[in-house]
Amino acid sequence: MSLETGGLGALFVILAMALVTLATRWGGVFVMSFVPIGYRVRQFIHAMSGSVLVALLAPLAVTGDTGARLALLTTAVIMLTLKKPLPAIAGGILVAALCRQFLPGT
Amino acid sequence: MTRKEASLHRLDRALVWEGFKALLPLSLFVIVFGIAFGLAATQARLGDLEIVLMSTLVFAGASQFAALELWGPQVPFFTLLVTVFAINARHLLMGATLYPWLESLSPARRYGIMLVASDANWAMAMQAFGRGRPGLGLLLGGGIALWGFWVLGTWLGLNVGGAVQDPASLGLDMVMGCFLLAMVVGGEKNLHMLLIWTVAAGASLLAFYYLPENSHVVVGAIAGGLVGLAWGKRE
Repeated sequence: MSLETGGLGALFVILAMALVTLATRWGGVFVMSFVPIGYRVRQFIHAMSGSVLVALLAPLAVTGDTGARLALLTTAVIMLTLKKPLPAIAGGILVAALCRQFLPGT
Repeated sequence: MTRKEASLHRLDRALVWEGFKALLPLSLFVIVFGIAFGLAATQARLGDLEIVLMSTLVFAGASQFAALELWGPQVPFFTLLVTVFAINARHLLMGATLYPWLESLSPARRYGIMLVASDANWAMAMQAFGRGRPGLGLLLGGGIALWGFWVLGTWLGLNVGGAVQDPASLGLDMVMGCFLLAMVVGGEKNLHMLLIWTVAAGASLLAFYYLPENSHVVVGAIAGGLVGLAWGKRE
């Protein structure tokens, strides 16, 4: 089904997008309110919370350009050595920028 | 919940303000993404009011950019909604992982806080909980910062969008990736977590290549969660 985006059509589409997104923000909490939080559920949640980020980052690291990969590598190395997020993030961005400046298209 | 954890769900004005300040540095980068979105949305021929309204009400960058890809005089309505749902489905997992700390709040506060849940403030909150510190202030205060600057950036993009034509050449597309990676690396590290992360990354990549688009985050996260369940660490 296609919708015209003229007039109020666009507003309707945006409202629908907002409702779908709101459902994702509320849905997990809503479902969990029916699940007793026992030891095993807690274990699952604990393991899942780090995994969300790893799952988000994995394709970025594999399919990214050289700049993206070196940026992530830099962030990881600085984070492991200095244990401070701000220098780690700044270093990553800097490496990505330099890489794309001097090694374009890789 | 042990007694030590009992106060981690604390939420007062001071904690919210602290959370707001903690996410402020990242929010400055979020302005840049907002500008890029505002500019891209203008080029996709959305009206100014609609663009700002979308950032205000949807507040989920990746899905908003995806919506622009599908935007035109005619919009494939259900395709668009399925895409938005798939990209934002990770919020379901975030809500679930936060639930142990949201449980003791009244439903109004519980769902109110979730209005501004997004990747960065969720990750900060979970890290705080992991270290035995209260995290809901980071979630709410940080979320308000991210949301405010996302909307502000979007609005700026309508006017000064030309200034950030190509955020990638400045490495700015990597801000969120590097931030989230810093959260992962800064968190709990041991053989148990390493195994979980390896499975999560592998499952995510398999889903990325072989399953429908945008399913990889949910697939990878649930795979990691199941490993944690199967090979529980006795504490």
